[in-house]
Amino acid sequence: MASGIRIEIAGLSKQFGAVTAVDDLSFTVEPGRVTGFLGPNGAGKTTTLRVLLGLVRATSGTATFDGRRYHDLDRPLETVGAALDANFHPGRTARDHLKVYATAAGIAGSRVPAVLEQVGMSEFADRRVGGYSLGMRQRLALAYTLLGDPGVFVLDEPVNGLDPEGIKWIRGFMRSLAHEGRTVLVSSHLLSEVQQSVDDIVIISRGRLVKSGPLSSLEGETAAATIVDSPDRRALAAALDAAGMEYTEDGEGLIVAEPDPGRVGHAAFVGGIELNALHARRSGLEESFLALVEGGEK
Amino acid sequence: MSVLRAIASEFQKAFTTRMWWLLAILLIAYVAFLAGGLGAFLGWASENPDAAASAGNTQIPPGEFLAPLIYSFASSVGYVFPVLLGALAVTGEFRHKTLTPTFLAQPNRSLVLGAKFTTQLVMGAGLGVIAFVTSVGLGAAALSAFGLGTGLDNSDTWALIARGVLAMALWATIGVGLGSLVPNQVATIVIVIAFTQFLEPVLRLAASLNSVTANIGQFLPGAASDALVGASFYTLAAAGPGQSLEWWQGGLVLLAIGVIATVIGGATTWRRDVT
Repeated sequence: MASGIRIEIAGLSKQFGAVTAVDDLSFTVEPGRVTGFLGPNGAGKTTTLRVLLGLVRATSGTATFDGRRYHDLDRPLETVGAALDANFHPGRTARDHLKVYATAAGIAGSRVPAVLEQVGMSEFADRRVGGYSLGMRQRLALAYTLLGDPGVFVLDEPVNGLDPEGIKWIRGFMRSLAHEGRTVLVSSHLLSEVQQSVDDIVIISRGRLVKSGPLSSLEGETAAATIVDSPDRRALAAALDAAGMEYTEDGEGLIVAEPDPGRVGHAAFVGGIELNALHARRSGLEESFLALVEGGEK
Repeated sequence: MSVLRAIASEFQKAFTTRMWWLLAILLIAYVAFLAGGLGAFLGWASENPDAAASAGNTQIPPGEFLAPLIYSFASSVGYVFPVLLGALAVTGEFRHKTLTPTFLAQPNRSLVLGAKFTTQLVMGAGLGVIAFVTSVGLGAAALSAFGLGTGLDNSDTWALIARGVLAMALWATIGVGLGSLVPNQVATIVIVIAFTQFLEPVLRLAASLNSVTANIGQFLPGAASDALVGASFYTLAAAGPGQSLEWWQGGLVLLAIGVIATVIGGATTWRRDVT
């Protein structure tokens, strides 16, 4: 395993005709961590990854692995494992699919059953890919990334189409890769899909960098809050006023600037107010993410 | 050796889907139908010249010309199959978007296309062997059933078969070139069928009517292929004696078409962004 490889995107731009897909984008991805590459559909994530992998030519700027372009890697599949759109010939079996590329990359044929086992696909190895479910295709795409036991993993929307069990599995998979010191770059258009497994985030919108840094840096962007509601909303508001709590009203109820729902409940109890909703607002991360992305679109 | 690895990978690609044997079966059926059928008809006609003449058949080639004509059906009608196999080896990568894993495993795109060219040359020769086994097997059986010479004791016949296998191999590389120029699979298949089954026969016939155009017409790929093989149903059916290249010139014309198309395709569509 080649480990400790750093991905560096520097001043990267890509234009398709008149459309600017990626616009002067720079960020780095560190080894030993899972980095979430986030942004709405069409933000330029896939284009960036394809430039990094030598499949799309950059208009300007560079995308390198420890300073080397994909094209210049001596043994690419043993350095970088990439799963982009699940691309297979429907008439070929999973085993043959992997064999074809292992041969081209000079990887021992014994790796094929090993990686099929690793992604839990041994049972279906000799079935034609045309009959696979989306989840099975995603697993086969991951088996391809593992062929060369590389130090870097580049995964484009690997969670798409997976069932809850599959999602749980891939989270564990990415965590264990990073734990072994490998570099993991995973893209998603939904923060919630990856937030449990990423250490760092890179957020882009309209081809431009919006934010990069540790996941925790997102938390400060919106304060945690409690959502509370009552059949008698005015009485509830009065009780909150009495307790000295700040709040705003929206469709869901009152959003109280107080992270602990217990204290809000207590304030209502003191005022003798009947409640029909009381819960903490989801970690604020998703809101921060959406706010950043929308900001980038203006 | 990354070149050998790329070639080995292309062979695995060719043999791990059903396309090669589907085309081989169709090729066998097509050649068997024409070589066996025409062998039987020509054999009967040469035995019964009067009946054949009354049926409107004016010119029956002498017995010793029959065998090469019938055997060469393998390439003169079968050449469309290696073209398709070669073209599908390239267009399939575009259609199923397998260029992504292919170029991830081997980022040197020219090397990949070169490996396809080489692999399909061999695959085309394989289809050539299959086609000639069919045409010689059935043709010789039909001829000997009518007591005619099979020509199999003559080294010229075997040289013709060898040149026919070479022609089939070269046709497969033309398929690779076409596929890399026109990556749309449906468009490629339509072009192959329309050109080989309709456009070129018409052009050859039209070109043979005038000595100036006949000079140009001999460079049409089908004409070059017939020149390489040395015998063809078309030379029997042609209106006049017609112009024809030397066999080695015919081979060079086919090779040049395959190489030039592949090089142009490799410098254009093959270089494009894979999205």
